[in-house]
Order: sequence, then structure tokens, then C-alpha cells
Amino acid sequence: MTGPAPLPTRKAEAFRYADIGALAKLWPLPEPESVVVPAGGSFSRAIVPDAGGVTRLALSIGKGAKAAVHVLNCNGDYGRVELDVTLHESADFTLGGAQLGAGTQTLEIVSTVSHVEPGATSRQTVRSVLAGRATGTCLGRVAVARGADGTDAAQSVRALLLDPAATANARPELEIFADDVKCAHGCAVGELDAQGLFYLQSRGLPLPDARRLMLAAFIAEAFAGAGDGERLERLARERLEALL
Amino acid sequence: MTMLQIDNLQAEVAGKPILKGLSLTVNAGEIHAIMGPNGAGKSTLGYTLGGRPGYAVTGGSVTFDGRDLLALAPHERAAAGLFLGFQYPVEIPGVSGAQFLREAANAQRKARGEEPLSGGAFLKLAREQAALLRMDMDMLKRPVNVGFSGGEKKRAEMVQMGILDPKFAVLDETDSGLDIDALRIVGEGINAIMRRPGKAVLLITHYQRLLDYVRPDFVHVLAGGRIVRTGGPELALQLEEQGYEAAA
Ligand SMILES: Nc1ncnc2c1ncn2[C@@H]1O[C@H](COP(=O)(O)OP(=O)(O)O)[C@@H](O)[C@H]1O
Ligand SMILES: [Mg+2]
Repeated sequence: MTGPAPLPTRKAEAFRYADIGALAKLWPLPEPESVVVPAGGSFSRAIVPDAGGVTRLALSIGKGAKAAVHVLNCNGDYGRVELDVTLHESADFTLGGAQLGAGTQTLEIVSTVSHVEPGATSRQTVRSVLAGRATGTCLGRVAVARGADGTDAAQSVRALLLDPAATANARPELEIFADDVKCAHGCAVGELDAQGLFYLQSRGLPLPDARRLMLAAFIAEAFAGAGDGERLERLARERLEALL
Repeated sequence: MTMLQIDNLQAEVAGKPILKGLSLTVNAGEIHAIMGPNGAGKSTLGYTLGGRPGYAVTGGSVTFDGRDLLALAPHERAAAGLFLGFQYPVEIPGVSGAQFLREAANAQRKARGEEPLSGGAFLKLAREQAALLRMDMDMLKRPVNVGFSGGEKKRAEMVQMGILDPKFAVLDETDSGLDIDALRIVGEGINAIMRRPGKAVLLITHYQRLLDYVRPDFVHVLAGGRIVRTGGPELALQLEEQGYEAAA
């Protein structure tokens, strides 16, 4: 019998940027919710933790099945969403995540996407907007197992910092043991485009409105194609108001 | 009536002086063309009038419609009636042109104490202005300038101008990137929107061809950060023949 796992330290890759103090109060974490999507089936889930905390979801996506998870991570002082996804043959997975942080919030999306059989596709898009002294982290691990040939895995992680003390961490990680694999990933941390802001202002929009328009468009990239994308975008816009 | 009075304006960008004592007076009802070599400071003049961050005024004054223009934030300048047609219109991914223009128009109206435009009234206005510039309404609904050709961007600028209906427009090389037909459409659009009593235009251009459509009352040569010569429409022709150096 082994006891509960010890509280991780920041030496553990998946907890490198975590708020260990906040985590200690939640430790030990409950087991992840486990969902098996049967062959040919489909699944979608919107995760909007209303008080932060740790949300854990393990997904096994069967042959030819599709799953989409959308995350709006913006509440609580510590909000962590862990996804552990396994794709079987020709399965399809979409993650669209947005993180909106202010004050001293620490927000994290930590995903492990394992392609264990051939021909599966995964698309992960995470957009973070961070104000104040907030920290937003996106750790995305993509593992392509031996034999999972023809895998197509894409990851796009971008963050905008609104204040000098805000922090974004983005670490995509790739492990490929198969052939004919397409893995595209990009990550970028920046600020709102100053030229775009001036352009909008020059047409009569006050600066906060110009920023709100551009940030809403940025966040919306995470929710494109989501079943309840409109609701998520509305919730995100409400949170944006508080950030600006 | 004086609409814009620029007096000994000095401005620098990234610590480098660009405008070095520029003076210019534009009265309501007038169209002024500004020509001049690349790097003379023409765009800098436009951005400085628009209040672009990074364009620091180090001396002089600008009075617009009796107000101190330089004391206003960029959006307040727009609400006061200033429009800047960009030499390089900016692409803004994900932001619908129609949505942003309606918000911008209503922000201006609010600042002036006017009632907002309803969705229907805005669409009608947008349709009229797009038709004037022969632009498809669908383009206006797309993300601002994203994927537009150079000419489409310039046309879209003029549609924006038509919708926002400014008193005073600074049009920075609006003619560059336009083919012959588009040039005529844009020229006629500028006349339809701006050649009205109580309005005025500052037209920055390198070419006489736009001035064939939009006849200027005055032509100025801007070189080395100041106006070095002023004349009538014939000056533009002379510049085209002889170049800036001979004319200045
Ligand atoms: N953002 C900038 N940073 C540094 N120098 C600039 C910047 N913008 C313009 N300049 C300089 O200012 C001068 C005038 O530029 P500009 O106003 O664009 O000229 P024009 O429009 O007449 O061609 C040029 O020497 C240019 O290099
Ligand atoms: Mg220029």
C-alpha cells in the first residue's frame, strides 16, 4: 500500500509554476474525473471553475471519436486545470482555453495529450490575458507513441501581458516516437499591438474600449467553433471588464 | 473661418527631431495638398495631429476649431472632428470592421452629446458609404483590414471616413496602391464626403493624378520638417515636372 502522493515541489515539471501554498491546502487532490468516449462517439465539455481550485479531467477518446474541451480559467486566487487525454486511432481532440488573470492570481492549464494509435488529430489553442501581478501558465505536453503514425498535433499558445508585473509561462513539450507525424506549435508572449490600439483610438474609441475590443478578439480565438462559444465569450468579456 | 492653425510645430520621434517649426493655416472649405520627399516628415505631421503615442511635441501649437488640439487624447480629437487616413492602414485580427465602426461612431456621438445610432441606422449609413466607394458590405463586416489588398485598404479608409463624417481629414498617401479606376472612385469619394462647407482636407500625396480629381486650393512643399514653399494648384504640376529639389 502506498499512501497519498507527497505534495509536489516546483522541481516537478508539471508544477514548475504552480502556487504550491495554495496547492497544499487542496492536497491530496481527488482523482481526475475519468471519461471514456466510445468509438465513433462525441463529447464536449466547458470547464469554467467558478472559484478556482484544481480541476482534473482524464479523457480517453475511442477510435474515430471526437472530443472538445473548452476552458475559461479566470476565477479564484489559484485556478489549475489538468487534462490528461489519450487518443486512439483516428480520434480527434480540440482544446480551446482562455485564462484571464489579475491581482495575484495564478492560473494554469496543464495538458498531456497522448497519441497512442495512428491517424489521430489534436488541436490545442490557449489564450491568456494577464494584468496586475497575475501569472498565467500553459504547459502542454504532446506525446506520440511508437506506432502512432500519421499523427497531426497542433498547439498554439499565446499570452498578452497588460502590466509589467504580470507573467506568462508557456512550455510546449513534444515527445515523438512515430513516423510521418505533423506537429505544429507556436507560442508567443507579448503586449497588445500599439499600432492597432492607436488606429482604433484615432476613429474615436477611448483607450479602454479599444483595448477591450482587441482583447475580446484575442480571447475569442480560443472559443472558435465551441458549442457554447457565445456563452464563454460573454463570460470572458465580463471578466475582461474587471481586468481593464 | 480658420479650422486648423499649426504654429511653429516641433515634434520628435524616438528622440529625433522630425518636425522643425512647421506652420500652416487651413480654413473651412479649403483643400490643401502637401507634397515632399520621402522622410520629410509628412506622415509624422499626420500622426502628431492625431496624437499617436511616441510622437512627442516639443514646441509650437495646434488650434483646431478654436480648441487646443494637442491637449486632447486621440479619441477626443476624433470626436472633435479630426480624421486620419493612414498611409498604412492597420490590420486588426478578429475585430469586425462594422462592429468597431459602429462603436467608434457612437463613442464620438456620445462625446458630442448626441444620441447613438441604432443598429439599423448604422447599417444604412455604412451601406451608403460602402456603395459610394464601390466596396462590398461583406468586406466591411470582416476583421478590420485583414487580408485586404493595398488598394482595398485605402478604399476602406474612405468608407470609414464617410461613416464617421469628420470636419477635417488628413489623408496620408491615400492614392498610393490604387489602380486607375480605384483612384477615380477614391477621388470622387473624397469630394463627396469632404468637399462641403465647414469641412477641410489636408491631402498628403506624391502625385498630381489624385489632384486631378481632388482639386487643391493650396499646394505646400514639406521638406526637412517644415513647409518650405506654398503655391496654388500649378505648384503640384511644377513639382511633378521638376522634382522637389528644384522647387524647394
Ligand atoms: N517610429 C519611428 N522611429 C524612428 N524614426 C522614425 C519613426 N517614424 C518616422 N521616423 C523618421 O522620421 C522621419 C520622417 O518620417 P515620415 O514622417 O514617415 O516621412 P514621410 O511621410 O514624409 O515620408 C524619417 O527620417 C523617419 O525615418
Ligand atoms: Mg509617409
